[in-house]
Amino acid sequence: MSGVRVLVGTRKGAFVLTSDGTRKQWEVSGPHFAGWEIYHVKGSPADPDRLYASQSSGWSGQVIQRSDDGGATWAAAGNQFAYQGTPGTHQWYDGTPHPWEFARVWHLEPSLDDPDTVYAGVEDAGLYRSADGGQSWQELPRLRGHESGPSWQPGAGGMCLHTILLDPTRPGRMFAAISAAGAFRSDDAGQTWRPINQGLRSEGIPDPDAEVGHCVHRLAMHPSRPDVLFMQKHWDVMRSDNGGESWREVSGNLPSDFGFPIDVHAHQPDTVYVVPITSDAQHFPPEGKLRVYRSRTGGDDWEPLTKGLPQQDCYVNVLRDAMAVDSLDSCGVYFGTTGGQVYVSADSGDSWEPIVRDLPAVLSVEVQTLP
Amino acid sequence: MIRVVLPAHLRTLARISGEVHLEMAGPVTQRSVLDALEARYPMLRGTIRGHDGGPRRAFIRFFACEQDLSHNSPDDPLPAAVAAGAEPYLIVGAMAGG
Repeated sequence: MSGVRVLVGTRKGAFVLTSDGTRKQWEVSGPHFAGWEIYHVKGSPADPDRLYASQSSGWSGQVIQRSDDGGATWAAAGNQFAYQGTPGTHQWYDGTPHPWEFARVWHLEPSLDDPDTVYAGVEDAGLYRSADGGQSWQELPRLRGHESGPSWQPGAGGMCLHTILLDPTRPGRMFAAISAAGAFRSDDAGQTWRPINQGLRSEGIPDPDAEVGHCVHRLAMHPSRPDVLFMQKHWDVMRSDNGGESWREVSGNLPSDFGFPIDVHAHQPDTVYVVPITSDAQHFPPEGKLRVYRSRTGGDDWEPLTKGLPQQDCYVNVLRDAMAVDSLDSCGVYFGTTGGQVYVSADSGDSWEPIVRDLPAVLSVEVQTLP
Repeated sequence: MIRVVLPAHLRTLARISGEVHLEMAGPVTQRSVLDALEARYPMLRGTIRGHDGGPRRAFIRFFACEQDLSHNSPDDPLPAAVAAGAEPYLIVGAMAGG
């Protein structure tokens, strides 16, 4: 029987949760890299035994870990992330120029077809590529070097490049999102980039519909329909039907359109999931009720999913990289909370169960569907 | 022989238990000790100081013989007791956070 492997990054280590296709009984492995912040762990679509993990700490900086056996053992890979050329400056919180400084890797995106090729999105916002299994990293500098780069400002969590999407149908097309610069697209494998933020409106910036400056929290795509993108912005849930050329709001009847993660059902490209959060000042669910909202119409019309989730006194957050879907016949949906719970739904969100309840704060959740 | 003590999280990263013992020829300085340490344990590169011998990371400190050497030149000779192996060179994660 097929199974799943859930890769969980937390404030104090990584955990690997495995189950068969029923997703009822779970084995918990970890903490791996105990005591370190694990921003992200992700497996290669081309080789499910190849995993990459971003390990960091305030004391000792960035480490990249690699596993070639599905997480049973790990080895440190390369951790030198040098900005190419003279780094220049971006805007600091007070509006003054501030040198670009590498802080950490937020997101690792393995290539769709080569286990040794992997992309890294970092803070301060930059995009890197390794073609040797993470041993060495080269910046794709034209993203950070976009003419608008000196005007970018960090969001409250830092100026992070947190989303990397690879188009499975168009070699060379990729998307990246940066807080708080916005969404960007490359059609030449990252050599050149342009902002794709037309239609976004953000009240927190001087020009609400500016070309850049939007605090995009997350992008999602269904691989069968890569021209359709979904976005959870600081406020607003957005949709594009033309590869990001333009966006329209699809927040519809959500109780709050603030939130962090967004994801798409594995088999239904118009079924989308978000977790509404009260506001930018109150990073917890509205009314203390943890509700995933599902749209089966590609946005606008949303239904709350509550069965098995706490519906009173719940004040956790769900961070931008902490939701994932598996591709079993009955699509599984997973998310982790800042309270240390990882929930699974084996029925596309109709009902939920906690896999674990007491991990450190969850930073990221990915899932691999195993043969 | 130079004795080096690493903080716990770096011992785990380098898969070390206890002290590291380094045989060194030439001047015993902070730079030469760290060069030798990183040569033996490449996974430590970038975690104590910048790559290619760059500056000490802000929350890492260097102690020996009850002295804080963190602000000394990396090319100053280490105390004779460290060079002789009588005292360890301590790489310390600064007390920070909660």
